[in-house]
Amino acid sequence: MTDETTPVLSARGLIKRYGRVTALDSADFDLYPGEVLAVIGDNGAGKSSLIKALSGAVVPDAGEIRMNGRPISFRNPMEAREAGIETVYQTLAVAPSLGIADNLFLGRELRKPGILGSVFRMLDKAEMRRRATQQLSDLGLLTIQNITQAVETLSGGQRQGVAVARSAAFGSKVVILDEPTAALGVKESRRVLNLIKDVRNRGLPVVLISHNMPHVFEVADRIHVHRLGRRAAVIRPDTHSMSDAVAIMTGAVDGDAAA
Amino acid sequence: MTASRPTPAVAADHERLTESVSGTLAARNAVEPLSGWQRLHRFFHANPTAAPAIVLLAAIAAFTLIVGGRFLSPFNLSLVLQQVTIIGTLGVAQTLIILTMGIDLSVGAIMVLCTVVMGRMAVDFGLPPFGALLLGLGAGALCGAINGSLVTRVKLPPFIVTLGTWNIFFALNLWYSKSETIRSQDIESAAPLLQWTGHAIDVFGARLTYGSLLMLGLFGLVWFALNWTAWGRHVYATGDDKDAAELAGIRTRRVLQSIYVLAGLICGLAAWLMIGRIGSVSPQVGFMSNLDSITAVVIGGTSLFGGRGSIFGTLIGALIVGIFRNGLALAGVDVLWQQFTVGLLIIVAVAIDQWIRRVSA
Repeated sequence: MTDETTPVLSARGLIKRYGRVTALDSADFDLYPGEVLAVIGDNGAGKSSLIKALSGAVVPDAGEIRMNGRPISFRNPMEAREAGIETVYQTLAVAPSLGIADNLFLGRELRKPGILGSVFRMLDKAEMRRRATQQLSDLGLLTIQNITQAVETLSGGQRQGVAVARSAAFGSKVVILDEPTAALGVKESRRVLNLIKDVRNRGLPVVLISHNMPHVFEVADRIHVHRLGRRAAVIRPDTHSMSDAVAIMTGAVDGDAAA
Repeated sequence: MTASRPTPAVAADHERLTESVSGTLAARNAVEPLSGWQRLHRFFHANPTAAPAIVLLAAIAAFTLIVGGRFLSPFNLSLVLQQVTIIGTLGVAQTLIILTMGIDLSVGAIMVLCTVVMGRMAVDFGLPPFGALLLGLGAGALCGAINGSLVTRVKLPPFIVTLGTWNIFFALNLWYSKSETIRSQDIESAAPLLQWTGHAIDVFGARLTYGSLLMLGLFGLVWFALNWTAWGRHVYATGDDKDAAELAGIRTRRVLQSIYVLAGLICGLAAWLMIGRIGSVSPQVGFMSNLDSITAVVIGGTSLFGGRGSIFGTLIGALIVGIFRNGLALAGVDVLWQQFTVGLLIIVAVAIDQWIRRVSA
């Protein structure tokens, strides 16, 4: 099904070196519309470098990134964000003492219309709260009752929910989630996995970086296995098992042969 | 190979778990009853100015009982307001810096340097009063910009930067003033504008100086900027977690630099209020007010760990100190006990802040 459609986000031959360490060794990447693509790989396989290159956090030494078929390059995360790629970092990048609505709009606040906004730079808090409530209820997160509640009073899963809601609200093209369930308990992980499905069901493709095989196999449509700085294989959860994935990840099985 | 894939039974179990989990999550906050203590904690957590406001009202009530109507007279209360004008204004600058997890030891020295610049420009160089005032404010902003650059570009800790510039600005002030006081009558003849902030209007027996009204206006202005503009949200976010703010797309270096320049400018304003209050320009007065401004901020409930607090808390903090000093003096208590009380207030305030900051009490 994927061969005839253009990838939303793709990369060819990405190379990134840190001194003598080659983090990305001619890596390829393809994300197709409306899918959840999991990226898995052993520690040090270059997952983070790949994601950082795609989200603008590092500039690759060589290689090409395309968005909807058109070549594109990001010098910093802001440029990637402006292009519609939203990243939820493992550290979440939220301001704990600010409210949920404040956090959703952090860095791109709405101002009041007219002279209050243009001259006095006054924030449109009511509109931001309204939209934040809308966004959270769209994602089934209305368990959070008070939109002005400080984020630090939320549980880990709810915070993750706020971060995902923010990315889904502003990510017009791609949402990248870095280890979203790593710090969560069983119940909260479940909530976040459902959230990932919700985001995909709204038509937004999701890149999920995770160490957790059961989670990956549950939500991913395709799985990109990264090994030694490059894409070793792309497998599907319905044709491959977790053991297959681990075998490719560790190099016990040759990626091309397995896929 | 297929052993690790969930069996249908397990998958069904998963589904049931999912259903019950969303239910539980929804119910958790609502159903679990909060103890009175938890509710109190939550209230203080959401309202950082509540605790200092209660202390202020309690202090006013207590001194009214001890000292009597003399304490509560409009004249006496307006006197307290005059007494806290300088510290309150410097407290605004200090609050901005402490909100970003910094500290500014140089506010007093910047203020004194600015009074000398204003005084000398008007009296010795014969500049028009308004020009002298602007140059003084500009000197404050420049000092703030130097602090800000050292913090954001050279990446030194604010404590060290301002400890250094406190000494440097104070020494420059002694050099530029030749350690000489500019007399009140000289300022009055050359630049009455500089003393304007000391003039007062009478309202029902209360003597409100233009200086104290300016201070209140400044609090209002900074409150608006912190709470109703994107810049204000960014100040809080930067102080809360600088790296997270950066990842959220906030240019934290720019935010920090703007905070230091603004703080310097406010110290310049405090210099104008200072000339109005004491009439003359003295290079030896007020350079220790850095510690008093930190006291006002801390008692006002702003956290030294950044990102938490409110600007009106600082006004309340300054008033608490003023009320205690004034009330104890009226009650005939030795001055040393004023200082003792202020010390006690600081420790209690920070202890309360630690408790409030804990998310789960």
